[in-house]
Amino acid sequence: MEQINNLVSGGAAEDVLFYVFAALTLLCAILVVANPFSRSPVTSAMFLVLTIISMSGLFLLLQAFFLAAVQILVYAGAVMVLFLFVIMLLDLKEEQRRKIKLFGLIAGLVSVGIVVSIFVKSLASIKPAAAGPTLEGETYALGKLLYTQYTLPFEIVSVLLLVAMVGVILLSKKKLE
Amino acid sequence: MNWNFIIFSLVKIAIAIGVVQGIVMYSVLAERKISAWIQDRVGPNRTAPPFVKFIPVLGPFLTRLGFFQPLADGLKFLVKEDFTPAGVKQIYFWLAPAVTVIPAMLTIAVIPFGSQMGAQKMVIADLNVGILYTFGIVSMGVYGIVLAGYAANSKYPFFGGIRSSAQMISYEISMGMSVIPVLLIVGNLNLSQIINWQSGHGWLFLYAPLSFIIFMVASFAETNRTPFDLPEAETELVGGYHTEYSSMKFALFFLAEYSNMVSSSAMMVTLFFGGWTLPFWGLDQPAHSLAMGIAQIFVFLAKMLFFMVVFIWVRWMFPRFRYDQLMDLGWRRFLPLALVNILITAVWLWLRS
Repeated sequence: MEQINNLVSGGAAEDVLFYVFAALTLLCAILVVANPFSRSPVTSAMFLVLTIISMSGLFLLLQAFFLAAVQILVYAGAVMVLFLFVIMLLDLKEEQRRKIKLFGLIAGLVSVGIVVSIFVKSLASIKPAAAGPTLEGETYALGKLLYTQYTLPFEIVSVLLLVAMVGVILLSKKKLE
Repeated sequence: MNWNFIIFSLVKIAIAIGVVQGIVMYSVLAERKISAWIQDRVGPNRTAPPFVKFIPVLGPFLTRLGFFQPLADGLKFLVKEDFTPAGVKQIYFWLAPAVTVIPAMLTIAVIPFGSQMGAQKMVIADLNVGILYTFGIVSMGVYGIVLAGYAANSKYPFFGGIRSSAQMISYEISMGMSVIPVLLIVGNLNLSQIINWQSGHGWLFLYAPLSFIIFMVASFAETNRTPFDLPEAETELVGGYHTEYSSMKFALFFLAEYSNMVSSSAMMVTLFFGGWTLPFWGLDQPAHSLAMGIAQIFVFLAKMLFFMVVFIWVRWMFPRFRYDQLMDLGWRRFLPLALVNILITAVWLWLRS
């Protein structure tokens, strides 16, 4: 908690905003997967959009304006619209009737457990720094780092996306005969 | 963050929203008048409050111009029955108009509509990622339309919503790619800095003409205007995503469309036509006097209104695209063109440096 307070450098307003956005992120994220009022996939998708927007609010509080803007632009603006597009083409009534399968439930819980344990471990191993690292919002610095120090990971991610794209084209292409 | 900043920001927000709403009201009238002239009709020419006819010369003139028509339209939107059809998804049905209108208004926040008056910069939020902010907000606008189509629980609005989501994503990519040469040339994402650069080097339209053309066409698609108004194509889909809406909810969709036109005109002016600058009379430097500050705001408004008229003119001059033509244009023409444009600009900058 100390670290988080350090990261959010500044006055009480920032602190309050941090808790608001963090609570909103968690609440919306829970409502994506376990909404007691609605089982409509569209509602889930809309809550995912809200989650992404509140996460971008957290980035803003870290002074990472570029990341905040890109978060909204890419995830909320493009990826989620595509999600919504696909969801609308599905048979929504059938989706809403679908029962939760036992195997799916167990698999989901196990994977959540694994992610949480990794998260807890990595949080525990961080030593509380004297002054929290500030993520600079400067686009120029970010670009420079991405193309010098982190060129290889960046290129690998790009290739991964390319592979996914080629795979989709291959799968969706109809046989010529 | 002090009180001074908060008060001045609130004043700027109030004025900016007021001015944009005024422009929206009268651009609806301009749309009707210009369409009338193009089609050799007269257009609205008789709506007037009763006392106006007692004003000599000016009264009849304004009436014939249709000056009071927007007021009548607004009143009609307010007092009409707000009808909710059976079987709609209530929450989304109410949410959709708001989700459409709010992003349309938010875009104005980062646009510098003047240099400065006194010590106050004439921009609401001088973000250092101004362009990305605009694109992010614009991309949120699609949710309102998609939700409207989904909530109406009816065939044609649904088609409109589906069309709109595919169309807006496709053209957003071309739009985003088209401004990258501008960013390469200027080297900054801040809109005020882009205008400053243009006051020293000349308007960016001269450096990146292809960018401007792609940006302009893409913004026609993003605002759902003819020739790309397929989400609301009235001859195919009745009214598209807003078929089931009435009264003020319908008016909000209308408002959003015209606000989007205002903000994309403002973006075109800012990115490619020097914003509030003019190359003569010393208007290209930040203002030192109040009069200069006001003059620069009017320069900006004049440039913006020019593009508003272009928007309207295009709507009444060109027929609608077919859906496959729209997709073809977006993905197979504009995207490669924009990529080549980036490459050419980068090579040019590299050779020059």
